Amino acid sequence: MKKVKVYVTLKESILDPQGSAVNGSLTKMGYEEVADLRIGKYLELTIADTDRDVDAIVKEMCEKVLTNTVIENYRYEIEEA
Amino acid sequence: MKFAVLVFPGSNCDIDMYHAIKDELGEEVEFVWHTENSLEGFDGALVPGGFSYGDYLRCGAMANQSNIMVALKEFAAQGKPVLGVCNGFQILTESGLLPGALLRNRDLKFICRTVPLKVENNNTLFTNAYAAGEVINIPIAHGEGNYYCDEETLVELKANNQIVFTYEGNNPNGSLENIAGIINKEGNVLGMMPHPERAVNEIVGGADGLKLFKSIVKQWREQHVNN
Repeated sequence: MKKVKVYVTLKESILDPQGSAVNGSLTKMGYEEVADLRIGKYLELTIADTDRDVDAIVKEMCEKVLTNTVIENYRYEIEEA
Repeated sequence: MKFAVLVFPGSNCDIDMYHAIKDELGEEVEFVWHTENSLEGFDGALVPGGFSYGDYLRCGAMANQSNIMVALKEFAAQGKPVLGVCNGFQILTESGLLPGALLRNRDLKFICRTVPLKVENNNTLFTNAYAAGEVINIPIAHGEGNYYCDEETLVELKANNQIVFTYEGNNPNGSLENIAGIINKEGNVLGMMPHPERAVNEIVGGADGLKLFKSIVKQWREQHVNN
């Protein structure tokens, strides 16, 4: 069994109005140190034992459906579970 | 001319689309459920608005994995007309049939109102009944209609006249270059956020959308019917 953690973030060039709004609230609350805030997604997958190359299939799933590479970047970690 | 209206779990403009074709346009139309594998016998395909799969993960991402999408890609490759409206547009960008993506509206609000659109390109099979530069009123209803593409794609869209509709005056959602609708390079796949199927009779506040459907039929008749 493997545990896969996928982190999806909007590309730098994409505006994140949701992140900006949250950042605005933090500033108002007195956390003026927060220079930028971006909101992304976190996905956790549990992969059963398989003969397939887990790294390869995770990458494939990210490219095909889990992320939209037109607007998003992703990275993942694979751990023994 | 026979149209297919694709239906996914969560589609909610499918009945409006069906009504527009059957009752206002007077052409044949059938619903096609997302588990189907074929679009054989149809002359045009309509991907309606709504919230397919509850917009889970990303708008249109799950719908793009449906059986019917394999058939839709073949259908598009044959040069047959494909129109995606709202969530349908989002599905078409997710599928790669159209470039770019639809992001959250700039002001994070769901916007539901009628807006003026400019017909930027009336030399398409979807817009031949409009005048060049004509301003039409069509309702929008979306939370994620902010069109985005990279600079390279934008240059290409402009060079090939692929920007078909733009928001006139006020840009409601932050869309790049006021883009409201684009067509593929081949000219047979149109995606747009505004809902022409909701503007097909004066009784519901306007009929500017009907010309879009009439354009499709006109083009099809010229190609397929011998007078």
